[in-house]
Amino acid sequence: MSAKKKLKTSAMIASIAGEDQPTTAAPFGHALVEAAGKNDKIVGMTADLGKYTDLHIFAQAYPERYYQMGMAEQLLMMAGAGMAREGFIPFVTTYSVFASRRAYDFICLAIAEENLNVKIVSALPGLTTGYGPSHQATEDVAIFRGMPNLTILDPCDAVDIEQSVQAMVDFNGPVYLRLLRGKVPRVLDRFEGYRFEIGKAKQLIDGKDALIISSGLMTMRAIEASDELKEKGKSVAVLHCATIKPLDSQTILDEVRRHPDRPVFVAENHSVVGGLGESVASLLMKEGVAVKFYQIGLPDEFLDAGALPTLHDRYGISTKEVVKTIEQNAF
Amino acid sequence: MSQTATASKADTLKALRQRAYNIRRHALRMGEVQGQGYVGQALGIADVLAVSYFHALKIDPRNPEWEERDRFLLSIGHYAIALYAALIEAGVISEDEIEDYGSDDSILPMSGMAAYTPGMEITGGSLGHGLGIGVGMALGLKRKQSTSRIFNLLSDGELNEGSTWEAVASASHFKLDNLIAIVDVNDQQADDKSSLVLNYEPIADKWTAFGWETYRVDGNDLDAVLEAFDSALASSSGKPRVIICDTLMGRGVPFLEERDKTHFIRVDENEWSVALQKLDDVYGIQSGEK
Ligand SMILES: Cc1ncc(C[n+]2csc(CCOP(=O)(O)OP(=O)(O)O)c2C)c(N)n1
Ligand SMILES: [Mg+2]
Repeated sequence: MSAKKKLKTSAMIASIAGEDQPTTAAPFGHALVEAAGKNDKIVGMTADLGKYTDLHIFAQAYPERYYQMGMAEQLLMMAGAGMAREGFIPFVTTYSVFASRRAYDFICLAIAEENLNVKIVSALPGLTTGYGPSHQATEDVAIFRGMPNLTILDPCDAVDIEQSVQAMVDFNGPVYLRLLRGKVPRVLDRFEGYRFEIGKAKQLIDGKDALIISSGLMTMRAIEASDELKEKGKSVAVLHCATIKPLDSQTILDEVRRHPDRPVFVAENHSVVGGLGESVASLLMKEGVAVKFYQIGLPDEFLDAGALPTLHDRYGISTKEVVKTIEQNAF
Repeated sequence: MSQTATASKADTLKALRQRAYNIRRHALRMGEVQGQGYVGQALGIADVLAVSYFHALKIDPRNPEWEERDRFLLSIGHYAIALYAALIEAGVISEDEIEDYGSDDSILPMSGMAAYTPGMEITGGSLGHGLGIGVGMALGLKRKQSTSRIFNLLSDGELNEGSTWEAVASASHFKLDNLIAIVDVNDQQADDKSSLVLNYEPIADKWTAFGWETYRVDGNDLDAVLEAFDSALASSSGKPRVIICDTLMGRGVPFLEERDKTHFIRVDENEWSVALQKLDDVYGIQSGEK
C-alpha cells in the first residue's frame, strides 16, 4: 500500500478557495436575505438543492417565501415563470448542468420568450466539481448564449456575488447567474472603487505586455497570474467581464485598441466552444481588429473525474497553467 | 413448503446475509479511503443488492459484457459506492481497487460512469435517466428475442423527476415484462426527508395505477426482499414489475442508523474503524473470521 495520501475528489463540498485565501460563507444566500428585506416581491425556489446553492440561508430567514419544488428542474422553471407572471421576483436555484441541459426548453419558452423576471442562480458552473460530466457544466454558457432575452452573468468572487444580487433585483428581465457557493474567495476587495454592474466589463489591472479578458473564477486566476508575472517583470492587464451576454463590446474594443500590439488571452471556466472566448473573437473579427488571440478554457470533451486541483492543472485553468500559457505565447 | 425447500431457503438466506455483510464492509472501507461518501445509502441498500446480485441476476463476473446477461442500471450515480461494493463481492472488480476509490484516475470514481468501471452499465448522476434508458433496452431485448432482463435501481428522489414518470407510463404501455424497477425509499433527498421535499406517498398506488405489478417490502428484511424478487420474477402478468424497498440509511452500523439523517451522513475520521467493528458485532463476526 502506498503511504502517500491521495488527493480526494472532494466532490459536492468542493471549495475553489486557496489555502489561506480570505473567504465569505454563502455570499449569495446572505445578499438575498438583505435584498428581500427591502423588497417583498422576492421569493426563493429550488429543486432539492437549497442547501447546495446557499439558498438555505434565505429559507431560514424567510421560510414563508421559500418554495421547495422537489428535484424537478423543469417544474422549477415553469413555476418560476408562473410566479413572475403574478408579479413576484423568483430566484430559482439548481446546478448549472440541470438548468442548462434538462430545463432548457422550459427556460426558453416559459421564461425568456416572454421576458419574465426570473433569476436563475445555478451552482457548480464549468469545472467546479470532480464528479465528472454529470455535474460539470462545461458548456452551459454555450447553450444559453443562443437564447434571446437572457442575460448571462459569471461573477468572480464573493464581492461580485453580493453586489450582483441587488443588481439583478433592480434589473427587469430573465438572468442566468453562474454561482460560486459555500466558502467563496474574496479577491475584488483590493480594487478600490470596484463595482459590479450588469453589462459592464471592468479593468482591474493595467499592463502593456498582454491583456487577459476573463470571467467568473478565471478572473481570480488572471489576477494571480498577473501578480506572478509582475514579479518576473511583465505587466499583464486584466479586464473582468462578469456579464457574458450582452457583451460590453465598447469597453472590450477600446481596451484592445488601446494597445494593438498586446496579445489577447480570453480566460473562462468553460469550454472553448461557445463561451466568452468565441464571443470576444467574433466581436474583434466583425470590427476588423486583428490581434494575437488565445483562448484559455476547457477542451471540447467530456472531462475526467478526480480532485479539482488535479483537473484544473490537467485542463489548463489553474494559475500555474495560465502563467505558462501566457509566457509561452506572449513574450 | 416441503422440508427440503424450507431448509434450502434457510441456506439461501444465510448465504445472502454473508453477502450483505461483505457488501457493507467493502463500502465502509471505500468510505474510509476518501473520508466521505454516500455510505449511509450503501449500508441501506446492501440487502437489496445482495439479493439482486447473488440471487436474481444472471451475470458472468469474468465477462461483464456477456450478451445474455441481465442488465442492472444504476441511475443514481451517487450510489456508485454501493454498486462497487456489490461488484467487488461478485468478483467483477478486484478488491484491490478499494484503496483507490474516488482518487485521481481510479476506476471507481465517486459518481458511477459506464466508461470507468466494468459492470457499470450506464453513466448515472443526472437523476431520472435510468428508467427511460431501461425502457429502450427492454424494447431492444424483445426485438432481439432475448430472455435477458433489465433491472433499474432508482431512488425516491428520482420519483420527483417528470422523466421517471414518462418511462413508467411507457413501460406499461409497451407491456415490458422484462423490466424490473427497484426503488430505494430511504426517505432522504439532498435538502431534507423525501416526504418533506415532495411527498410521493402513496408510492405503491401510483405505480399500480400506471399499470405496473407492484411490491412493497422492508428493504432491510432479507427474507421479505427475497420473496418479493421471487414473486416478481416468477410472475406471468405481462406487466413491468416494481419492487419498492423501504430502507434505513446506515443499516448495520447502529451509531450511523441513529445519527441525524442527511444526504451525506457525517462519519468522523476516527469512526471508520469503529463502524467496521460495530458491523462485525451486529453480524456476530469475530475478527479474523471474515
Ligand atoms: C437531475 C438532477 N437534479 C439534481 C441532482 C442533485 N442531487 C444529487 S443527489 C440528490 C438527491 C436525490 O434524491 P435521492 O437519490 O433519494 O437522495 P439520497 O437518498 O441519496 O439522499 C440531488 C437533488 C442530480 N444529481 N440530478
Ligand atoms: Mg433517497
